[in-house]
Amino acid sequence: MIAIVEYEAGNVRSVINALRRCGVAEWTLTSDPSELMLADKVILPGVGDASVALASLRSLGLDLVIPKLECPVLGICVGMQVMCRHSDEGDVEGLGIFNADVRRFEREEPEQKIPHMGWNSIHDLSSPLFNGIGEGSFVYYVHSYYAGLCENTIATTGHIVPFSAALGKRNFYGTQFHPEKSGPTGAMILDNFLSL
Amino acid sequence: MVAKRIIPCLDVKDGRTVKGINFLGLKDVGDAVELGARYASEGADELVYLDISATFEGRKTFVDLVSSISERIDIPFTVGGGISSLSDAGRLLEAGADKITINSAALRNPDLVGDIAYHFGSQFVVVAIDARREGDRWAAMSDGGRRPTDKELFSWAREVQERGAGEILFTSMDHDGTRKGYPCDVFAQLCGSLSIPVIASGGAGSAEDIAEVLSEGKADAALAASIFHYGETTVRELKEYLFARGINVRL
Repeated sequence: MIAIVEYEAGNVRSVINALRRCGVAEWTLTSDPSELMLADKVILPGVGDASVALASLRSLGLDLVIPKLECPVLGICVGMQVMCRHSDEGDVEGLGIFNADVRRFEREEPEQKIPHMGWNSIHDLSSPLFNGIGEGSFVYYVHSYYAGLCENTIATTGHIVPFSAALGKRNFYGTQFHPEKSGPTGAMILDNFLSL
Repeated sequence: MVAKRIIPCLDVKDGRTVKGINFLGLKDVGDAVELGARYASEGADELVYLDISATFEGRKTFVDLVSSISERIDIPFTVGGGISSLSDAGRLLEAGADKITINSAALRNPDLVGDIAYHFGSQFVVVAIDARREGDRWAAMSDGGRRPTDKELFSWAREVQERGAGEILFTSMDHDGTRKGYPCDVFAQLCGSLSIPVIASGGAGSAEDIAEVLSEGKADAALAASIFHYGETTVRELKEYLFARGINVRL
């Protein structure tokens, strides 16, 4: 069973629709720790403010559950950011799974826009998550905060600075981009995750 | 570097797309989901669906349509038309829209921009501005460009950015429908004065016009309807042309 973590971090509709398009017939939307522990795969979506998302995970006790999960876990966007050490958004401690800190983009030139919104290319792909995906493939982003490069970086993208497009450590994965909105490339990344 | 976006715009009335012809192999050009899927497969970066229904029933049908679009389409899509409250926006979010666009409602009630951004995030709010030149000034217009307002393009755009808008969609009423190109100097000035992305709309008659607004005009994205609907160019042909002109697009 694929479990999608239900917490106060935006709309999960598009993630569920993308799973359906990948042929997933059964999933559960849950914040129950025992269901998460029994799942084959866990997806942690997230839109909005990382500090709000973390407060919600803590109030549900999931900040203690998620780091102990042994199945493949995929955090998307803010779902990835909350798995980092610290976020400048609300100055909060994260779950500390990935050895990266989350910072706000600072503009250096007028043409650099914040949020980083739209399609950008991914490079330095080094994870089974990207099997079959070519260097320089485009994926869809919407974010104003980013995780810096670290030893857990499994893909990079450049916007003002180079940052972690995706992070990976043991059974934990995170993408800053939205695979559920990234056309066939995103579908393949989700498929790769589901095949782990 | 983030790519410049090409965004086909589909007008929907009572759940069906209007305009739009010349798609080989497409059985029903009025099918908004099929038409959107076709654009997506041709390389559209996002889609915009504008509800031009004038009736309550038509609006209800549109929300159902948004659910169907969300199930099928795997790229971001924006919906607009007749959104005048936080609850209208919330219904469309629930139905699966990635963004909504508001225009006249924001002019009537500027607090709405901040309310929607606060509840659903800035990325969800695209503020559309229709403006026309009046002497030295660009006057923002409401109600589809019919009604003058006391707002001026540049200050209104900055105001909605401060209030939490995630993007600006600017249409020059002097150029819309003329197919003679965009006012690139105005776009360049607008883009240079904002930190959020600007989508250019209204005026494209050719691929060259779009290339100009994305380069000289510094726009982050271009919205187009007629050049795609009437089959003059496909999204893919347009993007190949832009790429050949040295513009960073997703192919």
